[in-house]
Amino acid sequence: MAKRIDVSGLTAYYGNHMAIEDISMTVEPRSVTAFIGPSGCGKSTFLRTLNRMHEVTPGGRVEGKVMLDDENLYGSGVDPVAVRRTVGMVFQRPNPFPTMSIFDNVAAGLRLNGSYKKSELADIVEKSLRGANLWNEVKDRLNKPGAGLSGGQQQRLCIARAIAVEPQVLLMDEPCSALDPISTLAIEDLIGELKERFTIVIVTHNMQQAARVSDRTAFFNLAGVGQPGKLIEIDETERIFSNPSVQATEDYISGRFG
Amino acid sequence: MSNLVKDRPAVTGSAPRPGSLRQPRLPRWAPAAFALGSAVVGVAIGLVAGLDSRIQWGLIAALVFVLGSYIASTVVEGRRQAKDRLATSLVWVAFLLAVIPLVSLLYETVKRGSKALNADFLNHSMAGMLDDQAGGGVYHAIIGTLEQVGLATAIAAPIGLLTAIYLVEYGRGALAKAVTFFVDVMTGIPSIVAGLFILSFWILWLDFDYSGFAGAMALAILMMPVVVRSTEEMLKLVPNELREASLALGVPKWRTILKVVLPTAIGGIATGVMLAVARIAGETAPIVLLVFGSKTINNNPFEDPQSSLPYYVYEQWTAGQDASYDRAWAAALVLIAFVMILNLVARGIARWKAPKTGR
Repeated sequence: MAKRIDVSGLTAYYGNHMAIEDISMTVEPRSVTAFIGPSGCGKSTFLRTLNRMHEVTPGGRVEGKVMLDDENLYGSGVDPVAVRRTVGMVFQRPNPFPTMSIFDNVAAGLRLNGSYKKSELADIVEKSLRGANLWNEVKDRLNKPGAGLSGGQQQRLCIARAIAVEPQVLLMDEPCSALDPISTLAIEDLIGELKERFTIVIVTHNMQQAARVSDRTAFFNLAGVGQPGKLIEIDETERIFSNPSVQATEDYISGRFG
Repeated sequence: MSNLVKDRPAVTGSAPRPGSLRQPRLPRWAPAAFALGSAVVGVAIGLVAGLDSRIQWGLIAALVFVLGSYIASTVVEGRRQAKDRLATSLVWVAFLLAVIPLVSLLYETVKRGSKALNADFLNHSMAGMLDDQAGGGVYHAIIGTLEQVGLATAIAAPIGLLTAIYLVEYGRGALAKAVTFFVDVMTGIPSIVAGLFILSFWILWLDFDYSGFAGAMALAILMMPVVVRSTEEMLKLVPNELREASLALGVPKWRTILKVVLPTAIGGIATGVMLAVARIAGETAPIVLLVFGSKTINNNPFEDPQSSLPYYVYEQWTAGQDASYDRAWAAALVLIAFVMILNLVARGIARWKAPKTGR
């Protein structure tokens, strides 16, 4: 089910501007990998290269290799649509489809891909909503608009929508930055459950969160404004937060930055 | 107490030292009183000076209202409040200037148009009628307008919609810029020029006859840029996050557009198309050139001349008889009602299809 990601020599551009340079790392299957680093250091850009969402931005292009087990995501003949079905994504701001009900939102990935059996749909929706810890809150109003939920519920709805298509990797781009502490806790618990089934990569600005939820942590930094972001180090979360091997990581984590 | 006053920091500059947060204000009824007062003054000046035109009375009243409330507010409330009142009263005057012609046009059309408007007028044509005979009707013109406008919409709406989707979702680089430029140019084409183009191309060069369809093609040329523009704006309003959410689920781009982007914007798009329909429903010039006009019922828009509501108004007015004047006004009223119904339908669709947020 869950797959290992092997990135080697990955460089991403926006037009002529190099956003991240020469990143190589391994993301272990069935684990949570957290990306931390200052704003603008390319964490989100790197995350978006992992399911080929980077090239959706006008001018976005990528050099290098991203191996998903033994397949290169950027190999010739690879369909980005297929990549995105395998590698799902949850965004910073909850973005349920405003024209659809809660049920339709969760079913959207399957319906819009046209690959589902009608009889199975209700089961999959229930399973996904349970998986996102949202079922008990919404089971009586599945046909109400998804935009009517609270922010934290909307974000869990988006997670349910992402896991309904059974991806193998789940990318989360600051999924809790727009949420209150209680909803954040709900989503962190959820991440802990989801890592049994998926490979999870999470970008976060909250270092406590990285320490709480992740098994491995990657620290990104940039040399200066306009410089490309680079991977400084990646290691077991415990090592990164107690005894990092690079001084910059320690400075950033302990707040003695710059 | 005296300590408190002493401790207060000194205010420098010309602003008065704010002894309190309260300031003298004009009473709430002041604007209404000024409006009434300036109306009286306007009428008085008009009567005394013997001005004939009521418009002059109104302009004097408006000027008195704007200046009077500004001066009174300056004296009582101070400069900043006075500027606020000046802006407010200017907006009100502008609003009235815009609304008065509209209301007077509607009033005039209803007053004169209702004379000849009855059930017979709606379901009879002008077949065998003389210009100075009372009676006759507008049925053939309604049929013509419905068919021509319907055909024009059937041509222009899909092309316009697809063009807008191309420009917003796919268009990059030179081709998109060129399309945008030509859509802008098309927006400015006078209707008579669109009519002449179809006349020379369809009727003179390809040698087809006058027909409702020829008129519909000219109307489609006029309608297309309006549809493109309004649809483009509506598609741009769809948040990019929704597109990304859909793409990240592994949904192909075309399905994302079809199932996520278009449903989110459909209310606005429908409104835009309806407004474009309303705009071409009143076009006369291409109809005169291409549909030729007819007094009898012709249900086939692809063969033989037809009539249409705006053409009918023009035809009856130029006939220059009392009975035909009445018919012209009644047909104008029918046309206004038609356009208004379309607008209401468009608003209804927009409200019905708007993204729902209820709990």
